[in-house]
Parts: sequence; C-alpha cells; structure tokens
Amino acid sequence: MAYTIFTDDLNTLIDIASKVLPKKKFDEIKQKVIDNEKLTEKQKANIIRDAIIIYMRALAQPGEPVGTVAAQSIGEPGTQMTLRTFHYAGIVEFDVTLGLPRLIEIVDARREPSTPMMTIYLDEKHKYDEEKAKEIARRIQYTVLDAVVSEIEYFQGSNEFTIVLDPEQLEDKGVTVEKVIEALERGKLGEVVQTEDPYVITLIVSERLLPPEYYYDPGVYREIENKIRKVYLKGIKGIRRAVIQAEEKEVDGKKVKEYYIVTEGSNLAEVLRIRGVDHTRTTTNNIHEIAEVLGIEAARNAIIREIMNVLQQSGLDVDIRHIMLVADLMTFTGRVRQIGRLGIAGEKESPLARAVFEVTVKNLYDAAATGEFENLTGVSEKTIIGQPPPVGTGLVVWLKSRETEKPIEVAEKKKK
Amino acid sequence: MPSRARRRVSKKILEHELVPKHEVLSFEEAVEVLRRLGIPPNRLPAISVNDPIVQLLGAKPGDIIRIIRKSPTAGEAEYYRIVVAF
Repeated sequence: MAYTIFTDDLNTLIDIASKVLPKKKFDEIKQKVIDNEKLTEKQKANIIRDAIIIYMRALAQPGEPVGTVAAQSIGEPGTQMTLRTFHYAGIVEFDVTLGLPRLIEIVDARREPSTPMMTIYLDEKHKYDEEKAKEIARRIQYTVLDAVVSEIEYFQGSNEFTIVLDPEQLEDKGVTVEKVIEALERGKLGEVVQTEDPYVITLIVSERLLPPEYYYDPGVYREIENKIRKVYLKGIKGIRRAVIQAEEKEVDGKKVKEYYIVTEGSNLAEVLRIRGVDHTRTTTNNIHEIAEVLGIEAARNAIIREIMNVLQQSGLDVDIRHIMLVADLMTFTGRVRQIGRLGIAGEKESPLARAVFEVTVKNLYDAAATGEFENLTGVSEKTIIGQPPPVGTGLVVWLKSRETEKPIEVAEKKKK
Repeated sequence: MPSRARRRVSKKILEHELVPKHEVLSFEEAVEVLRRLGIPPNRLPAISVNDPIVQLLGAKPGDIIRIIRKSPTAGEAEYYRIVVAF
C-alpha cells in the first residue's frame, strides 16, 4: 500500500514518528538520527519520513489472515523437526523432552510436562560459591530415608528393625544422624534406639503396625521396610533431583563462574520461598504452574520462551511474532487453553466451523440436537456456503449490522 | 494459609522477569481506552480475579487492567485485560 507524507518540517515529522513508531524503533531513530549532529535538518527530515513510510508498509493490513500465516510459518519448518528426541539439552545427566513432542506438549497445554524441570538461579550471596550453591540444592532436593540407608535388617518373629546408615550418603545429602532419628520419631513407626555404632539405629516397631499375630507374615515386614524407607527427611515435594550447573560470566571485567541449580521435577511456589533463591529469574517448564504462581501474563511469556527455545534448539528460524500470536490466543480467556479440539478450536461459536476442524459428524449431530444457531460469518462457514470469506478485501462489506455495538455511548450514559 | 510467608512471596512475584507491569485503570481511563479501541468491555481479553497479580493489585471483576509488556519487537507494548470472576 502506498503512503505519502506531505511535510518537510522536521518537528512535525518527529511528532508523527513518536506517535506512529513503536517505542524501540523511535528510540533508535532518536539516538541515531535526531541527536546526530553531522546530518542537516533536511536529511534528518527525509530519513524520518522514509522510516515512517517503511514502517507503515510493513504493518499487517486489516483483514490479513495472520493466524493462517502463523500456522504455516510454524507448520512448515515443523515438518523438519525430529519426531522423537529424548536427549539432554546441553545439560549433564538430564533427559529433557525436546523437538516435536515438546512443541505438541506446549501447544496442547498439558497439566504436567513429561519431563518437568526447573532452573533455579541464586541470589548475589550464593551464586558465586559452589559450596553455598550445593547447600541450597540439598535443601531443595526431596530426600527420604532411602537415600541415606545402606541396609535395613530384620528377622521374622521379632519387631526389631536394624537400620544401617551410609556415612558417605549422609554427608552428600547434608543430613546428620540426629536428623534421621528425629525424622524416624516424627514418622511414628515405633521406638527409636541408638546403638553403640553411631551409624546403626534400631527401630522397635510399634504393635499398631506389627501385631504379634503377623510375626510370620513376610508381606507385612516388606511393607514396614518400605514405610521406613519413605520417611521424609528434607526438601521440597516434587523435586526429585537437583544438580549444580556452572556458567562462565563476566562481572566487572573479571571472569566468574555463576552457579545455578537444575532440577528434575518442579514446584515453583515452594522453591521461590527458599532463602538464597533468586526470585526474579527462577523458572520452570510447567506452564500451568507459572500461570498459578505468577499469573496469566507470565504464562504467556513462558509459552513464548518455551516454544522459541524448542524451535531454536531444532535449528529452526521462526519469527517471534507468530509465536506471540499463538501465546496470546492461548491465554486470552485468562486461563491457559490448548489449541486443539478441546480448546480454542472446540470453543468456537459456529457449529460449522467446529465441524470443519475435527469430529465432523459428532459436532453436527450435537449442534442439531441442542438447536444451535449458525451465523455464517466466519471464513470456514462462508467457504462452505460458497460466499466470499471475510478475509483481506472480502472483509469490506457495504451493509451495516443493526446490532452494531456502541460501547462509547453506553459508557457515557453510565458516567452521568 | 494466609500466613506471613505467603504474603512475602506474593510481593516478590512482581519482581519476576516473566511478570510485566500491571496497573488498574481508573473509570475515566477505561472509558478512554474503550473509545480508542472501539469495542465493548466484554470483547477485551480476560484475566481472572484469582490471578495472583490481580489479587495483589486488589482489582475487582469489571476493572480493566493495563499491562505494559516488554516486547522483543516493539520494545514496549500495551495490552488490556478485563478482570472476570471465575
């Protein structure tokens, strides 16, 4: 489309530019052109005028099928994606779902990703010290007694269980023997007795759990052993593993290693409460969790970030605007909705539009049975009945609906 | 559990990098925005009253919230959502 601006006055042009151009572009022009002393006034005016015209030309025109364009722009490179990848994402020891399965997962808005994962950044005091980082990782990782036990011995016919602790694991997990005893007492399994060996604990299981008539039932013993192994020691529920990662960074000209924690499993609300965690950067790959803890706008940003990540890791270059459109669409009801038949496509008002998408016959039956009304206004509906669809120039109509909404007048009446 | 710990986290989330700036519009501002967009309030994108940020702002259903997003393409972009009860 052709645009022309009939003015050479620099100040008028700057005024137009500040209104028309997005802030980022205007700031750039201000810095490079307006504040540039080498340019004459006329040159400046010409540059700004051209910038405005080029920007206006690049805008999406009214009626442009941006959704279709976005779908194609993601779909075509998507065919190049690996169908099944379960490789780590540059992180040691971690399995992260990537590629097409992950993309589908995001767009389907699953409650739980197949590999929930958190990236926990640390605050100023903790991030440059490996020991301090480890300390936080230990506090976060969900630890049960099983992790520090080397053996549990018992004899049928007796209610004594001997628990042998592993000193190495105790140190690695940062748990003391006293803490284990405390945890066992809290578990209410029976009486805890310390022996001469500091790493051996005897547990006399209470009669409630092991009545004498079951003394020769191996199943009951196995159950009790499992219960002992599952006694909670420390950590946050849902965090199965926490691993320290390091990143080289430059701070004030010096090379420093910044430590952060990557976890298997996710629990954003609880992790943000831990002291020493950087609450401004810590994230998870579970989008529903972000929506719950940080709000719907944060979820939108997370969707964009996750999708862009997947695409970039597959080596695909898709413009971020298409992804932004998808994320906006997924969150515009205030909740994270999926794009498929159970979400956006399935919630369309027009029964024909729904029938076109998936499960045609069922949709038509249901619409007929419940007496739904078809307005015949959408693109799919118009195509079915053989009329020009409301896209591009087809959007322009001569007739005006009588039901035209008048928000402004309504609002003004209220004001009086 | 509306304990002190909970409230502290609530305030912290405003500083999170994923959370853009939210602000509740006054009645006059809301009318101005709707006039500019030329739509009735129910056509705006929604945000739940139970959204953590909305609860922090103390907005009620029917309020319009202006969101100032940091956009990688435009630098800064304004977005509006209406608070709905669900």
